[in-house]
Amino acid sequence: MRKTSLDTVYELAKKDPRVVFIGSDLGPDTLKQMKAEFPNRFFMEGISEANVVGLAAGMALEGKIPYINTITTFLSRRACEQMVLDMCLHNVNVRLLGSGGGLVYAPLGPTHLAIEDIAITRAMPNMTVVAPCDANEMKRIMLQTVDYQGPMYIRIAKGGDPIVSVESNLCKIGEPIVMRKGKDALIVTTGITLKLGLEAAEQLKTSKNLEVGVLHVHTLKPLNERLMREAFAAVPAIVAIEEHTVIGGLGSSVAEIIAEAGFDKPKKFKRIGIPDVFPDQYGSQATLMKRYDITTENLIATISGWL
Amino acid sequence: MTPTINPNETNPRIAPQTIKLDARSKQLRRTIIDTFAAGKRGHVASAFSLVEILRVLYDDVLNINPKQPRAEDRDRCILSKGHGCIALYAILADKGFFPKEELNHFCKPEGILGGHPEYGKVPGVEASTGSLGHGLPIGIGFALRARMDKLPFRTYVVMGDGECGEGSVWEAALSAGKHKLSNLTVIVDYNRLMSYGSTDDVTGLEPFLDKWRSFGFAAVDVNGHDIEQLRSVLKNGPLDSNKPTAILCHTIKGKGVSFTENNLSWHHKTGVTEEELKNLYAELGNNS
Repeated sequence: MRKTSLDTVYELAKKDPRVVFIGSDLGPDTLKQMKAEFPNRFFMEGISEANVVGLAAGMALEGKIPYINTITTFLSRRACEQMVLDMCLHNVNVRLLGSGGGLVYAPLGPTHLAIEDIAITRAMPNMTVVAPCDANEMKRIMLQTVDYQGPMYIRIAKGGDPIVSVESNLCKIGEPIVMRKGKDALIVTTGITLKLGLEAAEQLKTSKNLEVGVLHVHTLKPLNERLMREAFAAVPAIVAIEEHTVIGGLGSSVAEIIAEAGFDKPKKFKRIGIPDVFPDQYGSQATLMKRYDITTENLIATISGWL
Repeated sequence: MTPTINPNETNPRIAPQTIKLDARSKQLRRTIIDTFAAGKRGHVASAFSLVEILRVLYDDVLNINPKQPRAEDRDRCILSKGHGCIALYAILADKGFFPKEELNHFCKPEGILGGHPEYGKVPGVEASTGSLGHGLPIGIGFALRARMDKLPFRTYVVMGDGECGEGSVWEAALSAGKHKLSNLTVIVDYNRLMSYGSTDDVTGLEPFLDKWRSFGFAAVDVNGHDIEQLRSVLKNGPLDSNKPTAILCHTIKGKGVSFTENNLSWHHKTGVTEEELKNLYAELGNNS
């Protein structure tokens, strides 16, 4: 997914002279071709995220479209104020490509785990927040970023994630995708949890003949609340699943919409995500997701328990 | 009463206390007081120390046209110490970027002039500042864009000395030095006073000039209230054609009025009395 996003920056740079790439201190061959072809639009600015985001905002005020890539916690945590003020207050077209969204850097420990990046970025006025589910969806979204107005945060997953997105679905920034329809319950996903949602819905169909829908929210902000309300209205039970703290991310967004919708009948609702803790183990993304029950099995058990 | 402290430079070449203000400098300070009085609050002393720096930039140095504040070839000037904005508002109004009448709405709900300057609201303001340490990275973005598109404009970033405690300033200084941004000039209002006390006690900036030099800047210090010194150093482009420029301006916080000079209680003043306003105008002379 990271490779796709960076390859697409190069592709966009070939078409549009406004496109600029800025890294902090990335691998030695990052965007080698782009650097060779457009040396004056390729920047590697060192471990200085506040400066990187600030100077990108300066370039964007001047009409450029800078794409920044680095480890995502060093943006959402370290350069938080530059994101709020330099990017969002000026409302400029800087694109942050945050590597290692969620639990990807499990072996590296809590300093590198982006467990609250969505909550942080979602609270920034003007910011668009996107978490694609796989490389194909990343590509579809990246291609829209040149003409999209305003600052963006794009969360990059591990890489090599199984392809679960479907090309024939309309993928438009800001519009959730109905991946599967179902009247009995709805699973709401973002990022790589789409795969878990699809697996759970299929298994619930096979084993219990339940019709479980899957709504994929690749854009966490802005949310198409009308479409989401309609999807929630059609089912008695909803589970939101994310590779993120349960505070302030997808589950919170869904809860806010349900709470304000004024449905006639109360909904069964659960957030599945990382509890309010710093992950205390290393291992892998998969082992940490299992530790916090961000799994297909937990989706199945939750929905089965209700129905 | 907060005690005054005197951190002034003693070297006669750059001693800011030796300068007597001329009519234009007094007039701009009166405008600052008019604005401050309208908003009933403001960083008066921080603005007074900036007046000659901004005056020389806007009168003699910047390639700007107030009627076309977004012209592509204009020089860019960012006031990174956004709290000094009343001085910027005074000079922008004087130049005609917006009607002087707007100064009467400083900090009011209907006004465009807040306690920190905002891009998009105030014609002539190139970046929203207020939280310190943001202007230099943004200015580097401007300067890099000029280089990318082979445009001749220069970027000036006016900073506070206390602001230089922010890490982002030195991240940006490394970057400007690495890129040899000769189209960038950093101007530091070195009045040596912060909110709590002296920069020596609170932050510890010295050897300040050497710091800029060691980060790859061509750097000099000048008397920040001496119009001729400022013109001479600012009008001649980069100090070194292969380096960014840094100009340390020795100034007096609150310069121009006896009781605001080096007086910490005037850093951010609220609750000004009629008596104080009368005394401010008395020292600055009548508007004429």
